[in-house]
Amino acid sequence: MKFQEELKKCISDVMPELDVVIGWCASFDPLHATPHFMRRKEDIDKLEISPLSVHNLATYLPGLRGKKVGIVVKGCDSRSVVELLQENLIDRKDVTIFGFPCTGVVDQSKIKKALGHTGNVESCEMSDTALVIKMDDKTQTLAMAEMLADKCSSCRYPDAVISDYFAGEKIGNKGEKDVDYAAVEAFEKLSVPERFGYWLKELDRCIRCYACRNACPLCVCRDHCAAESRDPHWLSQENNVRDKLMFQVIHAYHLAGRCTECGECQRACPVDIPVLMFKQKMNQEIREIFQYEAGVDPEATPPLLSFKMEEENITEKVW
Amino acid sequence: MPVLEGTELRIVGFLCNWCSYGGADTAGVGRFKQPTDLRIIRVPCSGRIDPLFIVKAMMNGADGVLVSGCHPRDCHYSEGNFYARRRLEIIEKFLPILGYEPERFAYTWVSASEGQRWQEVVTSFTDQIHKLGPAPKILGPQASDTLSVMEAAL
Repeated sequence: MKFQEELKKCISDVMPELDVVIGWCASFDPLHATPHFMRRKEDIDKLEISPLSVHNLATYLPGLRGKKVGIVVKGCDSRSVVELLQENLIDRKDVTIFGFPCTGVVDQSKIKKALGHTGNVESCEMSDTALVIKMDDKTQTLAMAEMLADKCSSCRYPDAVISDYFAGEKIGNKGEKDVDYAAVEAFEKLSVPERFGYWLKELDRCIRCYACRNACPLCVCRDHCAAESRDPHWLSQENNVRDKLMFQVIHAYHLAGRCTECGECQRACPVDIPVLMFKQKMNQEIREIFQYEAGVDPEATPPLLSFKMEEENITEKVW
Repeated sequence: MPVLEGTELRIVGFLCNWCSYGGADTAGVGRFKQPTDLRIIRVPCSGRIDPLFIVKAMMNGADGVLVSGCHPRDCHYSEGNFYARRRLEIIEKFLPILGYEPERFAYTWVSASEGQRWQEVVTSFTDQIHKLGPAPKILGPQASDTLSVMEAAL
């Protein structure tokens, strides 16, 4: 990546004033990256930005409040940072944001599906158009466009919406127009009972690991999460699909007007449940009713924290 | 076994203390005839209602949920129902993606003096739910019907 050296220089210039800078580095195999916490100059050399930089690092910010933190963000991650700033969960003066032009990140599930398994990858070469993966004494080439996460193919914010330093040339944000809700619309072609069946089937494999919650940058309740609370007792500890589905509704509703659709919930899911669709649907409604998009303006008031005496887009039922 | 087993469905009503609960009481005092499917839960204000109450009620076997509060600008706490309106509108639009017909849920405003209006609301909402029939159940004895839907989707 061309901008990577520029970014490293930026980081090393500011590093003395910061406690930690969060980025990505290589992980256990050539096909994965992992979050990288840079505290010393030599850590910066390990920084690697590539289509494998899937993690939304904004998730770490509320936990590091009070420290001087630098963070490297993709466009989608920067919207989570905006949202955290809006909710006063982090302080602007303590956060230094490094942006770069993001051309999309891969979806590991798609790679796994294409290769069958990804157990012993020996090397992975990436270009703008292809992934060349060497595995089991074979070399396989996958088209990058097909391996990109769904959120990337319809990305409207490739550049960070908020940044202190920006390395490389900006791609240009499209903004709030042309939102792609193809996945939701395709799902809505099913009849209502079929949708119910679909969710019961999908959620049946949920193992209640709560990775979706833990990866979510806006799930900030920590020990007070409704999923584990006994008072109020929203969910039981029983292994049944009702409570699994209920948790997803709780998650989606608690994100109403806050979710930036970074897709971390779905990426983190070990059993590939399409849980992002709940949030997309919620956002679609919020956009239609309130013309609001989360994670763009740190000064905006979210729709569910305000009201109008006369709502233009709400038509009440006439009895 | 309840007397009305098979003919009655389970509808949960969340009513605000100040207007709609009073309205329901007025309807009772006025001896207006009402269907008996509705079970009322009294809450301090429609703004007290977490929309997740509605989903939780559905998942625990309710066939319909009705929410009623004070008319806009008439809230006992000035603005509770304005916030409620936004939240309830969102959950109403969200229910179909989960697989619940949007008609299973309704919210409305009934004041304490509107006994007649309360009767109309309850009657027409109950009719609406009866037209849809019982909601799909996830747990309990009726869950096998849902499981067959699930298998059909597989």
